Amino acid sequence: MARQPEGPPPAPSVQKLRIRYAKRGRLRFASHRDLARTLERALRRAQVPMAFSAGFSPHPKISYLGAAPTGAASEAEYVEIGVSVRCDPEALRLALDAALPPDVAVLECVEAGEGTGSLADRIDTSVWRVELPGVTLAELRPAVEAFLASDVVTVAKRTKNGLKDIDARAAVTSASASEDVGCAILHVVVRQGTPAVRPDDVLAALVAVAGLRPPLPPRAVREAQGRLDDNGTVADPLGPDRAAHARCQGAHTAV
Amino acid sequence: MTTGGYPGPVMTGESLYPRLEPLLAQVQKPIQYVGGELNSQLKPWEDAAVHWALMYPDAYEVGLPNQGLMILYEVLNERPDALAERTYAVWPDLAALMRENGVPKFTVDGHRAVRDFDVLGVSFATELGYTNLLEALDLSGIPLHTADRDESHPIVLAGGHAAFNPEPVSDFVDCAVLGDGEQVVGDITDVVAAWKAQGRPGGRVELLARLARVEGVYVPRFYAVSYAGDGTIAEVSRTRDDVPARIGKRTVMDLDEWPYPKQPLVPLAESVHERMSVEIFRGCTRGCRFCQAGMITRPVRERTITGIGSMVDAGLKATGYEEVGLLSLSSADHSEIGQLAKELADRYEGTNTSLSLPSTRVDAFNVTLANELSRNGRRSGLTFAPEGGSERIRRVINKTVSKEDLVRTVTTAYANGWRQVKLYFMCGLPTETDEDVLEIAELAVEVIRAGREASGQKDVRCTVSIGGFVPKPHTPFQWAAQASAETIDHRLRVLRQAINADRRIGRSIGLRYHDGKPGVIEGLLSRGDRRVGRVIERVWRDGGQFDGWSEHFSFERWTTAAAEELAPFGVDLDWFTTRERTEHEVLPWDHLDAGLDKEFLWDDWQDALKEEEVADCRWTPCYDCGVCPTMGTEIQIGPTGRSLIPLAPI
Repeated sequence: MARQPEGPPPAPSVQKLRIRYAKRGRLRFASHRDLARTLERALRRAQVPMAFSAGFSPHPKISYLGAAPTGAASEAEYVEIGVSVRCDPEALRLALDAALPPDVAVLECVEAGEGTGSLADRIDTSVWRVELPGVTLAELRPAVEAFLASDVVTVAKRTKNGLKDIDARAAVTSASASEDVGCAILHVVVRQGTPAVRPDDVLAALVAVAGLRPPLPPRAVREAQGRLDDNGTVADPLGPDRAAHARCQGAHTAV
Repeated sequence: MTTGGYPGPVMTGESLYPRLEPLLAQVQKPIQYVGGELNSQLKPWEDAAVHWALMYPDAYEVGLPNQGLMILYEVLNERPDALAERTYAVWPDLAALMRENGVPKFTVDGHRAVRDFDVLGVSFATELGYTNLLEALDLSGIPLHTADRDESHPIVLAGGHAAFNPEPVSDFVDCAVLGDGEQVVGDITDVVAAWKAQGRPGGRVELLARLARVEGVYVPRFYAVSYAGDGTIAEVSRTRDDVPARIGKRTVMDLDEWPYPKQPLVPLAESVHERMSVEIFRGCTRGCRFCQAGMITRPVRERTITGIGSMVDAGLKATGYEEVGLLSLSSADHSEIGQLAKELADRYEGTNTSLSLPSTRVDAFNVTLANELSRNGRRSGLTFAPEGGSERIRRVINKTVSKEDLVRTVTTAYANGWRQVKLYFMCGLPTETDEDVLEIAELAVEVIRAGREASGQKDVRCTVSIGGFVPKPHTPFQWAAQASAETIDHRLRVLRQAINADRRIGRSIGLRYHDGKPGVIEGLLSRGDRRVGRVIERVWRDGGQFDGWSEHFSFERWTTAAAEELAPFGVDLDWFTTRERTEHEVLPWDHLDAGLDKEFLWDDWQDALKEEEVADCRWTPCYDCGVCPTMGTEIQIGPTGRSLIPLAPI
């Protein structure tokens, strides 16, 4: 006979919380899987009352949304968790932030608003800032202009099945150049999709259209994620949850 | 040295991270090089008199969970006058970029140059890490040969089980430390601190002479080896009379006094052990004759049930791990294990925390324990280690269990809901024939038949995991002829054929094995003498490193190097591996003392050949292995009669 877990099933999820966090500094070299493990252990250390799936290998209820690539920093990573006891979102944010390494910052935590739909549906675009050490604005600007003037820019992307040609242009909805001390900065807004166009692909496209080869490895930061509206602005994906809360204030228990 | 546009050379102890960071964007799994793990420590350079770089000579994912390194890291950092940082083997992709850009080997904590430290301590769990030592020295800018170093270079120190015969690496390590590290690292720190405070009198040689007088520290350069006409060692003699003739190992008594690691490191990167470990006892007197660990770590010293309970509690709180492994050489032998398993299972019930025991002896009691520890969790796999295929060979290795008991134990596991049982075996054991190995197939078939019946299910599985036996120093098998790679490969082939003979049963049996070649090289390095150092250096110069990884290991590179480098001495690879030694041959490690009488080991070797067993001295009278009287130690076991205090609810 197949064994069944003894005792009552795990406590159900009574509250969904949506979290925005940043990965910075040295932890930009962490992969999505590295961060997921780190987050799960931090939730245990912070004694967050996680809800678990049933069965012999129960998993905490956590859903991750599209993660920034290894090597890229981010100010806008999102994760959704289910808890078995209601928590005060701000107390949870502070406890989790304290349990995570200093280079991972928990920036926001809100309760999922009733009837506001899924978080994934509110994210289709990334806003990137890419520092290019050793590149001047005078070099970057014409490259960006040449890129925007092209309809299609084919670049080779490394995938599990070897190199594959993709178009790096169509997914880019806007791009511009600015300058900081010692480096030019590329600002680029990219629609998420398949195949994914990432900052590396846009940089490869700048090599293709203008021969722009940064002398040092660039540093990319995802500044925001959200839904691109018709005016070309990216909406805060936690906005609908906050709006739902302003309408109805629930009773909260502390973490 | 080119710096390629990055900031220039840095001051002693300064971070190399700004020069490293641009390289990290170009390598695989860069997270392993950035440090900042939970519970890692970073002390100001100037605050410490003695700086230790602790290295595990394998990839980060293998080295980070190593208990020994974690313990010493904490013990040293607790001292106000010492600082310890960690470093691991660097993969070839980053090593190439570091050489290209003039970035030397660094620690992951402070990204400080390894060559800036006073001591580089390397822990060798296996001899296959030796080429990684040479790569690390070269990448650090430390001369490979001890003779070429001056007082500006770190003292290179080897520890771990392989240090009980450090002769093959004696050209490259300044000192080898025998036995438990907790106390000796403090003694070494005191010696180095005093020598530095006095203005480094007598230079490096004087420092090494002082270290040679620390109990447990062996300094190879103060011992000369001469050889006889037949290639054997004629004599090992001291070159100065202020160092000991024999070097005895260190033994930590009362493990409860040393509850380390208190704050286990939690990596961001994935590692080979995604759990926390608590060492529940050290040493083993079961007397398995192949087992070097069981011979050199005697006597048995138990941590008490309450000591274990508080380490589990503190460790879980400090790490957030969801699994705890109760570690030792034979965990079910702890005198309070039944109560410990029950009380820990009670304590963590409903917290999604799982408890596990490493591979265990074949014993029905172990199934009971495993049931208790997995009370409400998944029962996927249970591992037993009969080691020898036939009852006869199990008597030879002194790991006696009858075939009936083995089948009964495994059947009990299936009946209790375990779906998969793993069985560990060795082949190439002394006196072994094809028939001994073929019995593994019969056993596996019987296990599956009985398991299907007991569980009423067809999906039970049995995995046979088998590797070639490598004779090790300080064991009764140190005189034995190692089986050749061809012998091992032949036996594995006939075993596979036998298992596959009946497909209806064979498809429920998995066979995992390693071919015989890496074991032959491990054998060369395990029982080698100083002449083998040239082989190691040649292999590294020819590009060899990460020899524990099948995709990096090249048997041909090793055999070519061995043939050419050993020929001038009139010996060869077979001479070191497949040759049986005689009773009075001087063995390369005879002047290193694990406490075991050579006469006891020889008698036990003769008993093995007669298939005679020896009982465990924890439950039967002492059989005079020699360790306790030589080392001034004693068996420390319970039961204590104490129980775990319930924790305050969270």
